[in-house]
Amino acid sequence: MATEENKNVAAAKGFVYLPLIAGWLVPGAGHFLLRKWGRGALLAVSILGMFSIGIAMQGKIYSSAHDILDILGLAGDLGNGLLYVVSRIFGLGADQVMVTTADYGTRFIVVAGLLNVIAAVDAHNLRTGRKA
Amino acid sequence: MTHFGAVLLFALFASVVFGVTQRDTPRRMIRYGLYCFALFAGAAIVLSWLMFLIAR
Repeated sequence: MATEENKNVAAAKGFVYLPLIAGWLVPGAGHFLLRKWGRGALLAVSILGMFSIGIAMQGKIYSSAHDILDILGLAGDLGNGLLYVVSRIFGLGADQVMVTTADYGTRFIVVAGLLNVIAAVDAHNLRTGRKA
Repeated sequence: MTHFGAVLLFALFASVVFGVTQRDTPRRMIRYGLYCFALFAGAAIVLSWLMFLIAR
């Protein structure tokens, strides 16, 4: 009952898309805004870890799209939110995939972005009360 | 990092996110995360052996 009341109070206040946007920009931030500390920490560690490992493996950060695979890769990378912006500003990652591990790293970065989108949508569902 | 190590890390991180986002209660999150991890790792091992046998 108390949980239901909290849910209703949370659903009644503020900008409803804030957890979605915050969660997209910073992994886990959407859940932190909703005081889901444990879930947010797990998501943040997983997504940041995946992105960092991808960068450490010299994965490629997509900056332009010339064909359909590039477009899909760029869309996945954009899911990383501010991590993508920071990595572009500081020139992280490789321009060209030269070794096998760099190919794996590229996939790690793309999948980190896709997982971040899932996490942000989950934060939105929590905010709207669609999920407990 | 070995290829298999990369697979396990990938499976671990993806399974954590799947578990947290796709289930409601902590117990069900853990169970679903373990299930996803087992499927990721198991599929990688099975497909690796399959490719090894095809290549021979």
